[in-house]
Amino acid sequence: MPFGKVSFGVSMLAIELVLCGAVFAQSPAYHLGRTPTQEEIKAWDISIGPEGKELPSGRGTAEEGRKIYAEKCAVCHGPTQTEGKFLHGVLAGGEGSLTTLEPIKTIGSYWPYATTVFDFINRAMPFDKPGSLSPDEVYSLTAFLLYRNGVIKQADVIDAQSLPKIRMPNRNGFFPAQPEWKVGFYQPYFSPALQRRSKE
Amino acid sequence: MKDNRENRRRFIKGAALMAGAALESMRLSSAQSTRKGEKEIPIPGPSYVVPPYGERSRFVTSVRQGEFAPLQDFSGIITPSALHYTVNHGSPVPDIDPQQHRLMIHGLVDRPLIFTVDEVKRFPSVSRVHFLQCAGSSYLPLGDRERAVTVQQTHGKTSCSEWTGVPLAILLKEAGVKPSGTWLVAEGAEWKKHSISIPMEKAMDDALVVYAQNGEPIRREQGFPLRLLTPGWEGVRNVKYLRRIKVVDQPYMTKWESSVYTNLRPDGKARWFQFELEPNSVITFPSGGQRLPGAGFFEISGLAWSGAGAVRRVEVSTDGGRTWNDAKLQEPVLSKAHTRFRFDWNWDGRQAVLLSRCTDEWGAVQPTKAQVEKLWGVTPDYWLSTTNRIQHFNACQPWKVTPEGSVDNAIWES
Repeated sequence: MPFGKVSFGVSMLAIELVLCGAVFAQSPAYHLGRTPTQEEIKAWDISIGPEGKELPSGRGTAEEGRKIYAEKCAVCHGPTQTEGKFLHGVLAGGEGSLTTLEPIKTIGSYWPYATTVFDFINRAMPFDKPGSLSPDEVYSLTAFLLYRNGVIKQADVIDAQSLPKIRMPNRNGFFPAQPEWKVGFYQPYFSPALQRRSKE
Repeated sequence: MKDNRENRRRFIKGAALMAGAALESMRLSSAQSTRKGEKEIPIPGPSYVVPPYGERSRFVTSVRQGEFAPLQDFSGIITPSALHYTVNHGSPVPDIDPQQHRLMIHGLVDRPLIFTVDEVKRFPSVSRVHFLQCAGSSYLPLGDRERAVTVQQTHGKTSCSEWTGVPLAILLKEAGVKPSGTWLVAEGAEWKKHSISIPMEKAMDDALVVYAQNGEPIRREQGFPLRLLTPGWEGVRNVKYLRRIKVVDQPYMTKWESSVYTNLRPDGKARWFQFELEPNSVITFPSGGQRLPGAGFFEISGLAWSGAGAVRRVEVSTDGGRTWNDAKLQEPVLSKAHTRFRFDWNWDGRQAVLLSRCTDEWGAVQPTKAQVEKLWGVTPDYWLSTTNRIQHFNACQPWKVTPEGSVDNAIWES
């Protein structure tokens, strides 16, 4: 059915062009809300992506982080970072455990991106005062936890340039390689890719 | 003044039979609303003292158990708002003043915008019935897993409401998404600022920014005053206390999507970004912990749902899965919503194992536990010997009815 395939391809292209037009030809229709100031956006925007573009200036090392950890984190996460449970999170160790019946999913054994460590500590820790840490403190704690997981050396300086460059040990442990979703497609439970949805 | 005095006299005369402090507020409101010449409002009798905010009967005592909703006590498809399951990821339920709350849209947009809650409500709105379900539902931590008895414990992290809000596409178009904006990061205003990534295609398809649940403002535990709703997707994506949407060009790999809500297989590889919830169902009557008084007629009833669309078919087995028969689907059968099913059953008094199985509009069929084991490549003893936390576990749930009439959770028996 070569002709059928060609026309199918052409019509899909046409549909996609129409969809792109609908999505991207956008002008305001309701004129509600106001424009936030750049300062407001900066103050609110605490999202750190895997490229680390939003990382603030500042720096930290594992040695500095060790002191902050003892003061503000050990009460829940334990003195050796391995005492936590589900929501408290075991923070270190677990190498080689993912294929056992007792997988221990830590920053070092499981987390695919180092930027996630900064993002989460910065927004959610410490437990009783989230958002209270300075950028230097967050960099220091991130460095300490990466060091305790054997990802960096003790003297390594962690800052906006070095953090996104860190390659986490389990970076290739997840599939699909490129997470995605499209209308009309689905991804079966352990399938590596999207599949077009069809009835039966 | 004269009118008010007359009204007051008239009212007091009629109300003389009534007693109690509650009358004071009624008297005032009646005096204000009755004008001369208007038909008089009938004076209610002594029992007609309406509480300003309704209460359920003191004989109804159904409650959440921890985060879990009491599915065994529900009728129809709507979960009472006060009993909706709730997961907060370590943040206390916030007490947000809606006058102070703001929603910001920024990032890869032409026009960053910040809205008050009242401004969000001025956009064209829709009401839709959708279920929510925690991705970790039906698979408790080892230790609780083998002890779960009731359907509240096994399946209580799903609920269904009528949600009212603004299509997210409308808000995003107002801000003007740049062509490079292929994802967004949504963020809540609670203590820990819950945050997770959503593909732009979902945001533009059927995602909503909701402000109402079952006809009233969203309950605090469900995200007051604003919540993101991603119909059919795992609960963790439906960001409560929504305060910020940042349009970005890739998934932002927050803790929740890059570690906690991922599905680690026994081979050490993990599925992540498993957004959509697979077809699922469970019998809520008879269910674990209940007791049948003796042989005879019972209507088996339960809930079915699929994150992919509408439920097309529910089958029920009363013999442990050897034979299956179609259950009746109660209208309305709505897309990405709980669907109530019913099945007539004459129990002969002998041991029976009851199961339900959902097929959605795309023909996807809920697996039996044996089929789940095949998919995972594990043996039946895996489930009670691993501390691994499995997401999206949707095996058909067996309830064993003993000759004595007790109903037990039989999921781990085979």
